[in-house]
Amino acid sequence: MRARIWGSRGSIASPGAGTVGYGGNTSCVEVRLANGEIVILDAGTGMLPLGAELRREGAKRLHLLLSHLHVDHLEGLGMFAPTWSPDAELHIWGPPSPVASLDERIATYFSPPLFPVHLSEVPARVTFHDAAESEWTIGGARLMSSAILHPGPTVGYRLEEDGRVLAYITDHEPVLGADDLATDPPEWTSGYAIARRADLLIHDCQYTPEEYETRVGFGHSTTEHTAAFATMAEVDRLLLFHHDPMHTDAELESIRDEVVRLWGVPEERCQLAAEGATYEV
Amino acid sequence: MTEIPTQYNLVLILARRFAARLATAVFLVDANGTAIYYNEAAEHVLGRRFIQGHGMPSEEWSTVFHPRDEQGNPVPLEDLPIGVAIHRREPAHGIVTIHGADGVDRRIEITSFPLFAHTDDFIGAIAIFWQLNGDH
Repeated sequence: MRARIWGSRGSIASPGAGTVGYGGNTSCVEVRLANGEIVILDAGTGMLPLGAELRREGAKRLHLLLSHLHVDHLEGLGMFAPTWSPDAELHIWGPPSPVASLDERIATYFSPPLFPVHLSEVPARVTFHDAAESEWTIGGARLMSSAILHPGPTVGYRLEEDGRVLAYITDHEPVLGADDLATDPPEWTSGYAIARRADLLIHDCQYTPEEYETRVGFGHSTTEHTAAFATMAEVDRLLLFHHDPMHTDAELESIRDEVVRLWGVPEERCQLAAEGATYEV
Repeated sequence: MTEIPTQYNLVLILARRFAARLATAVFLVDANGTAIYYNEAAEHVLGRRFIQGHGMPSEEWSTVFHPRDEQGNPVPLEDLPIGVAIHRREPAHGIVTIHGADGVDRRIEITSFPLFAHTDDFIGAIAIFWQLNGDH
C-alpha cells in the first residue's frame, strides 16, 4: 500500500512561511491499497486538495476512517469535493459513543450554525460505520481499530495488506495510562495492539517535554513518549505527525532529531510527516 | 492461568491505572472473570501479593478466600458483589468475611460494578472494598 500525506498539522491549520516545509493543513492521509481502493485517514483541512485530486481522477468509492471527531480531524469533510457528488459512495468509519450515533455526532459540526448545510442533505451516498474494537476488510486489506488514550472517543487504525502494516495513531497520550512507557508491559499500554511491529507507524509527536508540563491531559505525546512507544511497539519506521501549529519547520526538525536520539535508530527510520510526501509500506 | 491478550481494552488500562493510585482496595477482572489486577491495598486485605494472584480464574479467587456471610455460610461466586457484576452485569454491594491467604479473617464491605467499553460491550468488572473494623 502507499500512503500520501495531505495534512499533518495538529489542532488548527497553520499556513505561513514558517510552516511551508512540512505544511499547515490538519490531519489527512490518503492510503492506496493494492487493488486501487482508496482509504482516507481523517478529514482535516488536507482533505480539500485531496478532494480536488480525486475529482480529477473520477474516484467514486471512498473509505474515510475518522480517528475522532475533534474539529481539526473533521473540518475538511464539508469542503471535500466527493461529498458534493451524487456519484460518490462514501463509507465513514469512526469511534462509537454510548450517547449518539456517528452521523449525529458528525452533524453537530456539519450543520447550521457551524456549517451552512446539514450532513443529511449532502448529495454523496454516505454510509456510517462504528469502529470500536473492530476488524474488517477493504479490498485485500485487513483493518483493525482500537480505542486509544485521547479526550473523548478516539481510535487508532491498523491496516495490513500483503503482510505489511501501516498504523495510524494521530492523537495519543499513552503516558496517562502508564507508569513508565519504557518499562510497562506492552499489553497494558494504549495503542500497542495497533502499532505492534508496524512497518510504518504514523504517530502523534506534538510537544517537547517542556511544553508538555503545561499540557498534561490535552491528549498528545512528547518526543520522549513517542520514542518510548516506538521502541515498545518495535516498529520499523516512524512518521512524526500532528505537528503543533506553533512549531516552525526548524523546530520540527529539532524535535525529529531528539526522537532519533532517544529512539536510537538511523535517521531514515524516523521522519517528519510532510504534506505531499509519499510512503510505500 | 489464561492467555494474556496482545493488549487489554483501554477501559481496563485506565481502571488499572486508577486502581494503582488508589489507597482503597481494588480488584479488577476481565470479561471471563479472570483476575487481571489488584492493587497494594487489596493485597493487604487478601493477604496475597498480586504477582501470586495474577491470572486466577473466578473459580479460584471466589473460593480461595472462603467468603462467608454474616451467619458463616459460604457465599458462592454468583452471590458475591463482583459475581453479580460479572454474571448479571449489574452493580452490587455487600458484606462478607474472607479468610486471607495470610491466615487472617477480615470482614469486608464490597461495591462492584460491570465495565462496558461501549454499549453492550462488556469487558470486565471492578470491585472496590474495604475492611470493616480494621485499617483501610
